[in-house]
Parts: sequence; C-alpha cells; structure tokens
Amino acid sequence: MTYCATVAQVRLEHVTKSFGEGTDAVKAVDDVSIDVEDHDFMILLGPSGCGKSTMLRMVAGLETPTSGDIFIGNTKVNDVAPKMRDVAMVFQSYALYPHKTAQANIEFPLKVRGESKIDRAAKAKSAAEALGLSAYLDRKPGQLSGGQRQRVALARAIVRQPAVFCMDEPLSNLDAKLRGETRAELVDLHRRLDATIIYVTHDQVEAMTMGTRVAVMNHGQLQQIGTPQEVYARPETVFVATFIGTPPMNVMPAGLFERSEALVGVRPEHLRVTTNGGGLRVSIRMVEQLGHETLLVCDASGTRIVVRQGADVAAPPIGAEIGLDAAEAHRHRFDPVTQHRIDNVGVGA
Amino acid sequence: MRRKWRDLPIAIGMLLPSAAILGVFVVYPLIRAIQLGHLRCDATGRRCREGGWGQYIDVLRSNEFQHALANTTRLALMTVPAGLALGIGLAVLADKQIRGVGFFRTVFSSTVATSVAVASLVWFVLLQPEVGVLPDLFHGIIPSLKQPGLLRDPGTALPAVALSSIWASLGFTFIVITAALQSIPRELYESALVDGAGGWMRFTNVTVPMLGPTILFTSVVLTTRAFQAYGEVALLTGGGPDPQRPTQTVPYLIYGQNSLVKNDIGLKSTAAVLLFVVLLILAFVQFRGLDKRVHYAS
Repeated sequence: MTYCATVAQVRLEHVTKSFGEGTDAVKAVDDVSIDVEDHDFMILLGPSGCGKSTMLRMVAGLETPTSGDIFIGNTKVNDVAPKMRDVAMVFQSYALYPHKTAQANIEFPLKVRGESKIDRAAKAKSAAEALGLSAYLDRKPGQLSGGQRQRVALARAIVRQPAVFCMDEPLSNLDAKLRGETRAELVDLHRRLDATIIYVTHDQVEAMTMGTRVAVMNHGQLQQIGTPQEVYARPETVFVATFIGTPPMNVMPAGLFERSEALVGVRPEHLRVTTNGGGLRVSIRMVEQLGHETLLVCDASGTRIVVRQGADVAAPPIGAEIGLDAAEAHRHRFDPVTQHRIDNVGVGA
Repeated sequence: MRRKWRDLPIAIGMLLPSAAILGVFVVYPLIRAIQLGHLRCDATGRRCREGGWGQYIDVLRSNEFQHALANTTRLALMTVPAGLALGIGLAVLADKQIRGVGFFRTVFSSTVATSVAVASLVWFVLLQPEVGVLPDLFHGIIPSLKQPGLLRDPGTALPAVALSSIWASLGFTFIVITAALQSIPRELYESALVDGAGGWMRFTNVTVPMLGPTILFTSVVLTTRAFQAYGEVALLTGGGPDPQRPTQTVPYLIYGQNSLVKNDIGLKSTAAVLLFVVLLILAFVQFRGLDKRVHYAS
C-alpha cells in the first residue's frame, strides 16, 4: 500500500486533566509536557490508572484538557473536533462495528468523508492487502479471530492516511504468542508507513521493543522520556528504575550497599557474586532456574535483592551467605526524599 | 448418558411449575377457545349448537370481522412505527450524561406504570371538545378538535385512539430502548467520532444497527399490543362513532358492549382464535422479514 500521510508533530504543553469537581476532583494527568516528533513511535508507558490513556484520548479529541495546550503540527487543537484533527485511533477493544463486514468496517472512515463506493473499495482492499486480510473481507468481526480483528482495526486506521495514529493498548487482548508476532508487525508497519504513532501500553516489553521513544508515567505525572535504551540504562526516578526491567532494578535503602545518603539501585544483571565474600553480605532465599539464566533471590537485612546469573554459572545453595558487589558505572543513586536520580553524592567504599 | 437419565426427575420437577402455569392459563384456554369456536350459543352461553368448523371461514369472510381487522391493522400501522420512533428518539435524547437527565428519564418512563384505563381517561379528558385542553389550544390548526371533537369525527377517531395508545406504550418502549442503548459499547461511538461521523451518521451506523434485536422485539410486542387493543377503544369511542365504526377493532368485536356478537360465546371464540392466528402469522412474518437485517451480538 502506498501511504502518504501528512506527517505531524504532536506537542503537549503543561497539560492537566481533572475529573470531578471541587474536593472530589481527581487529577488523571498532572502538568505533562511531551513532544512527539515526526515519524516517532512514541510509547506512553505506565501502570493502570497512571493517566496514559487519558493523554491519548486528549490527543484524539475524546477528552478536553482542564488546562494546558495540545498542538498537532502547528495548530492548537484544544477546541478542535476529533474529526478535524486528522487522527486515527485504534482501541483496546478494537471498536469494530459488529454488524458490518471487515470491508465495511475498513471503508467506514472513507464513507464518512463521502468518497465514492469504487474508491472506498479500492482503498480498503489495498489496506487489507497490506495487513494480510484480503481473505477475510466478507466476514463480520464475530467470525474473525482476535488477531484478525486487531488487523481490521489497524486497516481502518491506515486507510484514512491520518497524520497521527493513536493506539490504546491494541495488543492487550491477544494471547502471548500472537502479541509477540504482532509487535514485530507493528514495528514493520511503522517503518513502511513512516507515520507518527502514539501508543499506550502498560507492557514494558512492548515499550522496549517497539518504541523509538518511551514516556514513562505514574500518578498522572511524566516520570521520564527518552529512547528505550536511555530509560533502561539511566532511569531518572526510583519508579522508572523499578518499573522497567524484568526483574526490576534492586533499589536498596541508603547505607546498605555503600556508605552514602542515597538510595542505590543496581540491575540484577550488574550484581556480581564476590569470590572472597566481600561487599554486601546476603543470604540466598530462593533460586529460580529459567533455562537461559538463573535468578538468585537474596535477603539483605530485610531487603529483597535479585541477582541474575548465566545458566552456566553454578548457583549457591539456598541459605548460603554470599557477598555482592557492582561496578561504579552500574550504580544508580536516588534522592531518598524526592526519589529522583542524583549523580554526585559523597560515596565511600 | 446414565447421568442424563438420573437428572430427568429433577429436570421434570423444575419444569413442572412453569408447565402448570402455562397449561392452566395458556394451553387450556386456547384449546377451549378453539372448541368453542365452532359452536353457536345463546345469550346465557349454556345452550349451544354445533356451528361446524366452517364457522371459522364464515367469520373470517364476514364484513364485520374484515372491517374490524382492517381497523386493527390501521391502528397497528399508526401506533407501531410512531411508538418506536418516539421511544427511540426520547431514549437517545435521554442517553446523555448531563445534569438532571434522571428527571427526564423518570418522566419518559412514567407511562409504564399507567394502566390503559387511566391513560384512556386522561386522553378522553384532554380531547373533550367542551372541557379539554387540547381543543382549546389547537382548534385553530385542527378545527375538528372542537367540532365535532377528534373522538367523534369518523376521520380522526382512530388516530385519536392511536395517540392515546402510543402515549400509554411509550414508557415501555423508552425503558427497553434505554436499556439496550446503555449496552452499546462507548468505543463504537468514539471510534465513529474520531473517524469524522456526525450525529446522524453515528445514529444510523451505530445506534440503529446495535439496537436491531431490541427494535425487532419491541416492534413485535407493540404490534401484538395494537392487535389486542381493547381498553382504549372501549373507553374512548366504544368502537364508534356510528355508523362507520372506524375504531371497532377485533378485540372490541370480541368483547365490546356495542359488538354485534357480544352475546354469542361461540362466535366470540371464533374471532378470538382467528385473531390469535393473525398475530401468530404477523410475528412469524416480522421475525422472518427483519431477523436477517438484525445483528445479534456474538
């Protein structure tokens, strides 16, 4: 399919969205500013209720910001109707019209625009072809599998050739295998369409594997924005450090791992067992053999610490005491009060 | 297989109450009515003679029955589409998350708690040429409101009965359609909105198709009600005005005080069974005709 969308930037400036009034008001999005560049595959990542879907809905025009501005391209769209924003949305539930065939579903945005039947059919067929749906065009959504429905929803979005794609957890209803396959297809689709995509997910694997940039959110606030590698390698807050990574980063209380006033975070794969028993003394509580790697679940004065080892390294027995250490480059330090990253704290070995 | 037979007594036991109620109140009266339908009886109903099964054909061909059936059909054609359209319209209007909408929902659904007798009485007073509010307000537009009065004018008596009937059924239609509207996923509307569909397109492409099974159900119920309309006819017009008797419906022919066959339980049963057959055919036609156009959630 030849795609030639008007590629657009999306900019959110100090956007806040509250639901309810007075003392009952709940801030779903709290003073968030994000720049989504042309061709970006921007992932909004965070746990349930963090405000990521509300942000997406504000971009699509389904919610109005309480304060702040949203720009698509150079146009402020706060008060612009959804249909005028040139945004296509893919919903978690796919939102396919159950009474229409796959083809009629794909054609619907074109029908709304008043395009001729012939043009609609041609464009729908082309979009369906691009997503491998040609054989299913006569079927209704109820006769399609979850993966096929998801593709129909995608085809309905791309047939419009919008400036921006908004996707709200479109893979969350698929099984693990199909989700893995579709992730790769979405990345490929992004490359082929060269479009701007804003994608909401709570799944960090989707965020790390698909996004060109990731915006991590919690409690309505933006925690960090950067490439997946940046967010993983240099988390700006304790929340990001413990939200990204499986298992997540070990964040230890001040004074436990090193003599400092900061919380210290070390990724499980960066902790090494010392040969002489030096470093942080921990006892092994559990050993998880995962085939390709082994996780040692340890206890250090009540703090749970996970160490990742290669499967070929012999695991110490449960109850054994070992010493743990980490290279300076792999230590992340956070302010115990603000929970934000700090780089220059007095450190004593 | 063995388990199937073991469960049989429990299954029969559980079905028994429903079967008993159905048997006593539906099956037996139907069989009895069919039996009575080939008799001719005197006013006491005790002395009957065999009229033969051909009595069904005779009644079906009679001018009285055909006239009543035509009136009933006209009443149904007036009440069903208008009642449905109004019910859907009000339900869509009230299906908004706005302040005070609960008040309107209560008002719109209130007629469900109003008996046909009360509804008819309300409309009887409203349409009274001497004291009614409507003739006072609108006789400039519709002169027959005052002279001779909608219910006394052969041309407007049936529409006036239909008006009362629509009003009385509106609460039921409104509640059923409102319930169905609330089960339509909001994402369908949001998706259509983002795709640029305006209010009318969302209504025709999302609301109406998603309401399909409910519209079919409601139309069958309203049609059945229209063909069973008796109370409003008896209270508003008594089947009149004479001599045309444009509001003499089949149920009124069966039960009505001014009916020709009011003293013959045999002929009344014949007409009742014929009405049952007509309704059966209508329901079948409605389901067969509309079912293909209706989408049921999978």
